[in-house]
Amino acid sequence: MSDTRKLSITVNGTTHNATVETRMTLVDFLRHELLLTGTHVGCEHGVCGACTVLVKGVSVRACLMLAVQCHGATVHTVESLAQGEPQGKLNVLQQAFQDHHGLQCGFCTPGMLMTLTEFLRDHPDPSEAEVREALSGNLCRCTGYQGIVDAALAAARKMREEVDESK
Amino acid sequence: MKPAPFTYHDPRSVTEAVTLLAEKENARLLAGGQSLMPMMNFRYAMPDHLIDLNHVSELSYIRAENGALKIGAMTRQRDIEFSEVIRENCPLLQAALAHVGHRQTRNRGTLGGSLCHQDPSAELVNVAALFNATMHVVSQRGARDLPYADFAVGYMTTALEADEMLASITLKTSNKTNTYAFAEFARRHGDFAIVACSALLTMNARGEIAEASLALSGLSHAPVRPAAIEQALRGHKPDPETFKAAAAEAEKLEANADAYVTAAYRKHLARVLTYRALEQAAARAVENAHV
Ligand code: FES
Ligand code: FES
Repeated sequence: MSDTRKLSITVNGTTHNATVETRMTLVDFLRHELLLTGTHVGCEHGVCGACTVLVKGVSVRACLMLAVQCHGATVHTVESLAQGEPQGKLNVLQQAFQDHHGLQCGFCTPGMLMTLTEFLRDHPDPSEAEVREALSGNLCRCTGYQGIVDAALAAARKMREEVDESK
Repeated sequence: MKPAPFTYHDPRSVTEAVTLLAEKENARLLAGGQSLMPMMNFRYAMPDHLIDLNHVSELSYIRAENGALKIGAMTRQRDIEFSEVIRENCPLLQAALAHVGHRQTRNRGTLGGSLCHQDPSAELVNVAALFNATMHVVSQRGARDLPYADFAVGYMTTALEADEMLASITLKTSNKTNTYAFAEFARRHGDFAIVACSALLTMNARGEIAEASLALSGLSHAPVRPAAIEQALRGHKPDPETFKAAAAEAEKLEANADAYVTAAYRKHLARVLTYRALEQAAARAVENAHV
């Protein structure tokens, strides 16, 4: 008999109740049970950062957490970023990735975006070195990172302008 | 790449946790999961019972008391990184943490998890050795304290019995005149260090080194405190001559080779990093004197 638990979890604003096998990782739960396949799985051992999501507002590697550990928690995935229906409008950070060639194959992108979502929220005016340090836990095999760093800095600038305008 | 089946437990107190640990066969404690989860995904670790400590809130705290710093085993690395109390009482810990993994792993990773995993290159393990931390261990049978030197018994092996767990650690940080540095070399930022060296210096009124502690990790199965080098530093001016002599001795420490790094290279790093750590600690002493 496999060990199961009841789980209540709020993902991108929607609360889900499910019964899960306790050994199921958070990333598998998001992808296979909720069909939120935006979050990618690269290495499954905490090295690549592709599976990064926010749990209670802080970035974590979803391959290193069990779904049961998120009982009662709020989770945000890459699907939470684009706003509006039906396709959703890219948010400032996503748009910056497109504008600055921050992605090629896109495999690492969901993790990059979620890492940067947390980072730019906490550090609205980062230096290039700080951005690189923040991204050190996310691997990209395509871009050489330059486009990603440019996108992050551009997004930070744009977000600061928007804050200034709304004052 | 998926964990083998296990029975999951999420105790709410230390008493509950140690009871489970004593009763269940082939049980593992889950702290932040940044080492155990990969091991379970690879099926290097296949516990029948997984005891998740993340709801045991009494294991998570940072307290400065009587010239010592007491930290609960489940305190997240992130909380240590940003703690005012740590900044004031043991900034070295934060300097070391800057090298530990990445933001996403520090958000989950815990102090106790790292110390019990006992990877010989882990930065927190190095700091525990430098202070010869007191390890507070609990089990259903009771509690015992042991110095870090007796806690690390082998490669990734601690002195914990199967029914015991680490509850907290104490670092003696009373000496405010300590100046510190943490130097390491890793292939990539956030990797475990190949070799790391931490240093604590206390200066006397004549500007000489009164006390010195050094911990070198990554050389062999556990960090080393080179007592002879520490002793030889006493009474000397913190100048390049002194550092060079200490660094030359550090190169003579025993070192292991593995598939990636030769013993000779580790010894080379021991020399370079010892020099660097001492130089940086001494520079900090000068800085502090001018504040
Ligand atoms: S899939 Fe989680 S870090 Fe690579
Ligand atoms: S865009 Fe292909 S891995 Fe980053």
